[in-house]
Amino acid sequence: MTATTEHTVRVPAPRAAAPSARTRRTARRRRLGAAGVLMAPFFLLLTTVFLIPVGTAAYLSFYSDDQPGLGFGPERTVFVGLRSYAAVLTDPTFLGGLGTVALYCLIYIPLMVAGALLLALLLDSGVVRLRAFAQLGLFLPHAVPGIIAALIWLYLYTPGISPVVDLFARADITIDFLGVHTVLPSIVNIALWSNLGYNMVVFYAALQAVPREVIEAAVVDGAGPVRTALQVKTPLVRASIVMVAMFTLIWALQLFTEPMLLSQSSQMINSRFSPSMYIYDAAFTRNNYSLAAAASVILLLCTVALSYGVTRLTSRNSTAEEAR
Amino acid sequence: MSATGSTLPRPRLLGRATVNAVVAISVLYTLLPVLWLVLAAAKNRDALFGSDLLSLSDFSFARNLTDLFAMDGGLYGRWYVNSLLYAVLGAAVGALVSVACGYAFDKYRFRHKEKLFGLVLAAVMVPQTVLALPLYLMASEAGLVNTFWAVFVPVLFNPFGVYLGRIFSQGYVPDEVLEAARIDGAGELTMYARVALRMLGPGLVTVFLFQLTAIWNNFFLPMVMLSDQDLYPVSLGLYAWNSSASVSPEYYPVVIMGSLLAVVPLILAFVLLQRFWRSGLTAGAVK
Repeated sequence: MTATTEHTVRVPAPRAAAPSARTRRTARRRRLGAAGVLMAPFFLLLTTVFLIPVGTAAYLSFYSDDQPGLGFGPERTVFVGLRSYAAVLTDPTFLGGLGTVALYCLIYIPLMVAGALLLALLLDSGVVRLRAFAQLGLFLPHAVPGIIAALIWLYLYTPGISPVVDLFARADITIDFLGVHTVLPSIVNIALWSNLGYNMVVFYAALQAVPREVIEAAVVDGAGPVRTALQVKTPLVRASIVMVAMFTLIWALQLFTEPMLLSQSSQMINSRFSPSMYIYDAAFTRNNYSLAAAASVILLLCTVALSYGVTRLTSRNSTAEEAR
Repeated sequence: MSATGSTLPRPRLLGRATVNAVVAISVLYTLLPVLWLVLAAAKNRDALFGSDLLSLSDFSFARNLTDLFAMDGGLYGRWYVNSLLYAVLGAAVGALVSVACGYAFDKYRFRHKEKLFGLVLAAVMVPQTVLALPLYLMASEAGLVNTFWAVFVPVLFNPFGVYLGRIFSQGYVPDEVLEAARIDGAGELTMYARVALRMLGPGLVTVFLFQLTAIWNNFFLPMVMLSDQDLYPVSLGLYAWNSSASVSPEYYPVVIMGSLLAVVPLILAFVLLQRFWRSGLTAGAVK
């Protein structure tokens, strides 16, 4: 509304003489119309590829194609309430997948956030040589598509092709990167390699925005470079840290591409290794749509709950900061 | 840097060396696998499994390249064109749609605005794997499964682009400029197209690059939607070839060469557009 009044005030004198309520109303209507036109394509997409699918998933999870009563007659869709949810939540393969992803998140997210932040702080410290080259080199994997990253590392894990395995073999160390205990760390490594540089750039950009006076004040107060980095710079980029943690979490929970590719070569990865693979398997291998839909809704709820937790953490922190 | 550092040169030197060593090792970690891909792409099948990676005796880069485009009747070329279509066209249209919406969120006032924006932000959180089954069922209802559109339309949706568009609009398009244009009698939409869009350029490029990367990476959706190999993007095609490689190893060199070529467009895009996305990324990250 303030924009409208400003507008009428600034209009040259002859026209401003009579800024009748009607012209103001038409101006407002024109603006609403423009906003509608600019937003319509996006909201059309939002409805068709987001709202309706989420609704459909929820609907499907409560219904099932059942044989009626005594097995007579054609199949029909019947309301089954929470039966599909019960089936998913008591399915050890789904719970196993959930556990796998939880473990994956616990290893991957701290490593990613700490690693990217450490590199950004080091690059920001001003003692790194060839900084532009280092940044470019670290960022490069971001340009490598996920499936290609998984392919490269799959080959680097495969004995016979891999120079890494060769090198270990020459030192009489046999490592099976795709064994029972190593396959999850191997997947973490692929994800870490792909995203470390990108998140480093995000942190670096945030660190560059920290006012220099704050750093100088810390140095004058006698803080060494390590203390400045950890106790002055790091708290100031907390918003970026939370943002990176949240996006990393959302992506990590969807774990699909890497294990799907590695499963072509590793017996340790079954077709229901992660919840996303479970959904794919239920929907397109077993054709059990209600089971897949229930698993989808559970995965969605987990994601929303966890990301909400992360954002709550931020808002509490930022209000605490304001109070200070 | 620090005042104490100059009086204690030794630990400072040690610190510098450690810092540089950590960064150097990290750079090697990110670069070496890519270097391996380049070297391996020049090997024929036997050399790939046998000899020294650095020996140039069995250099067959050109042969692998011709093999790649000849394999399965030139399927790879098709995949490449498909990927370019999905990614470049999709990212261009998607970025325009998202940024226009973000701009409207920033510059106009209307009822329930923040609630709608909350919905957009919520959409960022929803995993793609959750939407895949319903999207597949909807597409099959509409007779679009296994067509270009089944993959192209869903990837246009980029809620994070709307969020960025709103921030960029706040940062790059001053309200005074719009007021001036209004006084000159410009219509709201003309004003957006002629004035605001130009100022939003760097932001638009950033959103475009984000989406280009995401679509080029896209794997799950094509896997669900497409059964016709002629419609595959590169990612899904290479996945299919790699699964054949365990049975027929002649696929290994072409998968590796194909992977190398698949990396090129994004690197090109990042290098050519770096002037824009650097400023854009900073604006997005600081907020």
